[in-house]
Amino acid sequence: MLQTRVIPVLLLKDGGLYKGVKFKNHKYVGDPINTVKIFNDKEVDELVLLDIEASRYNKPIDFNLLQEIATEAFMPLAYGGGVRSLEDAKRLFSIGFEKVILNTNAINNMELVRQLVSIFGSQSVIVSIDIKRGFLGQYRVYKKSASFKTKLNPIDFAKKMEDLGVGEIILNSIDNDGVMGGYDLDIIQRVTKVLSIPVIACGGAGDLEDVKEAKEKGASAVGAGSMFVYHGVHKAVLISYPKYEKLCELFEEN
Amino acid sequence: MITIIDYGMGNLGSVANMIKKVGGKSLITSNIEEIKKAKKILLPGVGSFDNAMENLEKLELIDILKDKVLNQKTPIMGICLGMQLLTRGSDEGNLEGFGFVDAFTHKFKFEDNNLKVPHMGWNRVKLEKKSKLFEGMGEQENRFYFVHSFAVGCQEKEDVLTTTSYGYSFVSSFEKENIIGVQFHPEKSHKFGMRLFKNFVERY
Repeated sequence: MLQTRVIPVLLLKDGGLYKGVKFKNHKYVGDPINTVKIFNDKEVDELVLLDIEASRYNKPIDFNLLQEIATEAFMPLAYGGGVRSLEDAKRLFSIGFEKVILNTNAINNMELVRQLVSIFGSQSVIVSIDIKRGFLGQYRVYKKSASFKTKLNPIDFAKKMEDLGVGEIILNSIDNDGVMGGYDLDIIQRVTKVLSIPVIACGGAGDLEDVKEAKEKGASAVGAGSMFVYHGVHKAVLISYPKYEKLCELFEEN
Repeated sequence: MITIIDYGMGNLGSVANMIKKVGGKSLITSNIEEIKKAKKILLPGVGSFDNAMENLEKLELIDILKDKVLNQKTPIMGICLGMQLLTRGSDEGNLEGFGFVDAFTHKFKFEDNNLKVPHMGWNRVKLEKKSKLFEGMGEQENRFYFVHSFAVGCQEKEDVLTTTSYGYSFVSSFEKENIIGVQFHPEKSHKFGMRLFKNFVERY
C-alpha cells in the first residue's frame, strides 16, 4: 500500500537554512548540508528545498550548494526557487534532483511549464501555489515569495496546472505558515476535490494530528517546516522526524 | 566498475552518487567502445518509452546492448523506465522494447478512482524468489520509492523477483539470468536502496 508522504520543507537563503512565520521574519536554523545529513539519517520520505530569495530578488540558483546537498541525500529531492528555463531544470536533474518546483515562473510563463512537462515528464514537475485568504474569505494566489498578489483563484489555477500536465501541486498557506496551529483544511479539501493529481499540503503543521487531518481532507502528501526544525514553546532549533512505525500507526497504513 | 548508459533520459547523477556511497565505481557514458568493455551495465531512465528507444537508436546503442546482454551475458539492471525498456514493449509507445524478458508494460488501470496515477511514493515489495540482489534484507521491511504510470507484467512466473500492491499486484522487479529490472528507484530509497546497490556492486 502506498504510504502518505511526510515531507520536510526547507527554506534556503544565502547558503543557510531559515524558517519564518507567514513568509516573514525568517530566522536562521542551521547549515543546509548538515541538516540534510540528519534528515537522511532519519530516512525522511522526501525533501523539498525552496530558495526564498531567488525569484523575489532575481538571484541565480545556487547549483554548487544544491550539488553538495544531493550527494548527501538518498531520498527524492525537489527544488524550487528561480527555476526559469529548461536549462535550469536539466542541470538540477543532472546533479541528482528529480523534481523541479515552479511558483512565480508557473504564473508568468505557462509555456515553460508545458515544455518542462513534455521533455522531463509530469512526475518531475511540481507547481507550488502560495495562497492567502482575503477579507471576504476569498483566496488569491501570490507570487515572488508572497510579496506580490495576483488575481488568480487557487482552485482554477491548480486545475489549469493539472491540465498542462503538472505532476503535483504544493498548496502552501501564507496565513498558516510557521504558526503551527494546523493546516488550512478548507482549501485543501476544495482543491483536492477538483484535482486528480497529488496535492502536497503545506503551511501550519504543529503536530502529527495536524498532519493526519490534512491527509483526511484529501492531501496525498504533507509538508512541514517548523514542526521538523523547532522543538518546544521557545522554538529551540532541533531537527526531528517521526519514526516510520509511528507514521504507519498515525495513518493506519501497513 | 558499473557502466551507466547515458542516453538523455533522466537522473544519472543520483545513481552515480549512490554507487559511490556503497563503495562502487561507475562511469556515465554513451560511447560504444566504452560500453563494449562494460562488466556491468546500469540502464536508468525517466521519461517516455518511445523517446527512450529513439534515443538509444540514434546513439546506435541497441545492437551493442543486445550483444552484451544476450551473447556475453553481462549483468544489466534497468531502473524504472529502464526496466520497462527490457520488456517487449509498452502501452505507452509503439516501438519495440529489448524483449530480454518475456514481459510487457501496461498502463495502470483501476476500478478504484481514489488511486492516483502516477503511483508515487513509498511502497513495499514482496520477495517472490531468492536473489543475491536482496541478500541481507529482511522480508518485512523492504520499502522503496516509486514514481511510474506504467507497470510490468511477466509471462513467466519464475522471472518475477518482487511484487508490489497498488490497486492490484504488479511486478516491481524481475530477474532472469543476467537480466534485472527494478520499477522503483533504489538510488532514492535510503538504506533499502543502498543494500540493493551494494549487492549489485559486490555480488554480480
